[in-house]
Amino acid sequence: MAHHSTEVDFKTKLQDWIPKLVLSPSVAMVLVFVYGFIIFTVYLSFTDSRMLPSYEMVGFANYDRLWGLRAWWTAIDNLFVFASLYIVICTIIGLTLAILLDQKIRGEGGLRPIYLYPMALSFIVTGTAWKWFLDPGIGLENTMHLWGWESFKFNWIKDRDYAIYTVVLAAVWQTSGFVMAMFLAGLRGIDNEILKAAQIDGASNWSLYRRIVIPLLRPAFLSAFVILSHLAIKSYDLVIALTGGGPGRATELPATFMYSYTFTRNQMGTGAASAVIMLTTIAAIMIPYLYAELKEKR
Amino acid sequence: MSVATQDTAISTGKITRALIYLVLLLFALFYLLPLFVMVANSLKPLDEITGGNMLALPQTWTIEPWLAAWSTAQIGVEPTGLRPYFINSILMVVPAVAISTILGAINGYILTKWRFKGDNILFGLMLFSCFIPFQIVLIPMATVLGKIGLAGSIPGLILVHVVYGVGFTTLYYRNYYAAVPSELVRAAMIDGAGFFRIFWRILLPLSGPITVVSVIWQFTNVWNDFLFGASFGGTSQPMTVALNNLVQSSTGVKEYNVHFAGAILAALPTLIVYIVAGRYFVRGLMAGSVKG
Repeated sequence: MAHHSTEVDFKTKLQDWIPKLVLSPSVAMVLVFVYGFIIFTVYLSFTDSRMLPSYEMVGFANYDRLWGLRAWWTAIDNLFVFASLYIVICTIIGLTLAILLDQKIRGEGGLRPIYLYPMALSFIVTGTAWKWFLDPGIGLENTMHLWGWESFKFNWIKDRDYAIYTVVLAAVWQTSGFVMAMFLAGLRGIDNEILKAAQIDGASNWSLYRRIVIPLLRPAFLSAFVILSHLAIKSYDLVIALTGGGPGRATELPATFMYSYTFTRNQMGTGAASAVIMLTTIAAIMIPYLYAELKEKR
Repeated sequence: MSVATQDTAISTGKITRALIYLVLLLFALFYLLPLFVMVANSLKPLDEITGGNMLALPQTWTIEPWLAAWSTAQIGVEPTGLRPYFINSILMVVPAVAISTILGAINGYILTKWRFKGDNILFGLMLFSCFIPFQIVLIPMATVLGKIGLAGSIPGLILVHVVYGVGFTTLYYRNYYAAVPSELVRAAMIDGAGFFRIFWRILLPLSGPITVVSVIWQFTNVWNDFLFGASFGGTSQPMTVALNNLVQSSTGVKEYNVHFAGAILAALPTLIVYIVAGRYFVRGLMAGSVKG
């Protein structure tokens, strides 16, 4: 009997260990390749690394240098313009489409996939399509001229002051359908009884939405904001494909700045410092959100 | 999105309804426009684009641009077309998706049915790794891939995509398995089933839908990735990088029709997946943002 129970003990012990053992490769991978690498990049941002990593500490010199660079400020300014327009326009379009689609629309099943399919495409594909469509020589401007609107002018993509708006346009095209889906899911989750009660109380359609529905969508607004802002900060491919950061530096973003400073200009320390700033910004948005989301689930 | 239609219905007049349909259709046009431009112009001879109207259908229909994009177009310095890069992408995507999905399933199983102290912190760490700007890992990753001899190779890219994809797949399976009653697992344990048997016999047979979601999500992400491919692809660049090289090449005449054909070729696999299994694609998107 005693022999039997130690065997069971051993078996339970083993059963306790197997899960942790099986989980450990993934955990190790994430700890090394994500958090170890983050620490390493933070470390590099305090060294005088140029073409290759160097281990000569220079304190905050890279950060000082970074915030003194006009190219970095351009990237920050552009990100600010891009992110705010991108988030606001995506939210407005997404909310509008969701509310309209929620009015017992015939053909909703056909429209929804049309709004959403851009999300399945690579930003490089999106960038290529819009790049040539917005090209004044062959694209929209040319088409309007051929259709007889001779004075039509749309050369934003070639114009330093307006090129960033073409990035907004293409990015909104790609993700606004996704935001629509998030709001639509939120709308479909609202209890119909609340709305019926309000309608009986004589609330007009407009005030029904303004006073009851939209406030109830708060979680969807928050999710949309978090997802869109993190996408905006990470934006890289689209700019590369659409404008290549140009004309000049007109559409340079922190992500493209980091890449060119690190890998083509051999200023690895400065590049690392810019990556650290990007990470910090995203962490400030993402960590409270993820924390709240995970806590809710408990 | 599979929620039953339970509209937040409001009563509206005829004119309002007509306006609603008009707005919805205009937006549909906006979303379809670039796709139309790509398809129509990929089937035109070049002079119809340079000397004609981008919004017009082809006058002379030709599949020449498609053939050129696939097998003869100049990518970088070699006139190989996109075919070798398409193959690279397939060779990269299939193992990367398979490995990250399997790991995600096992991790999700452990994090819901074999809870231990600190498991939530580990999960949080994994989850956050999905959202980091990958610029923060580019430099050490380049160094490490070089050191272990995987720089510029497909196995290197697979490794990268598994590492940065496993957070999402774990998230999917964890949320999905959380809904499987733990009594089932406990009953099986009392019957003497062990760790692997429970997974194999109880969890796995239920995992069809979430596996579709996870596979589609990973497939789309890995196929569409550009940053890692451009940074670590070396001579094994994926399709997105090749497409960008094709379009940005500064030598010779710009063959817009070939560019459009190439763009569609790069988009086709994910587009087909979207058309065939759009419902699951949307579920993955939503689960990756709103959870639950």
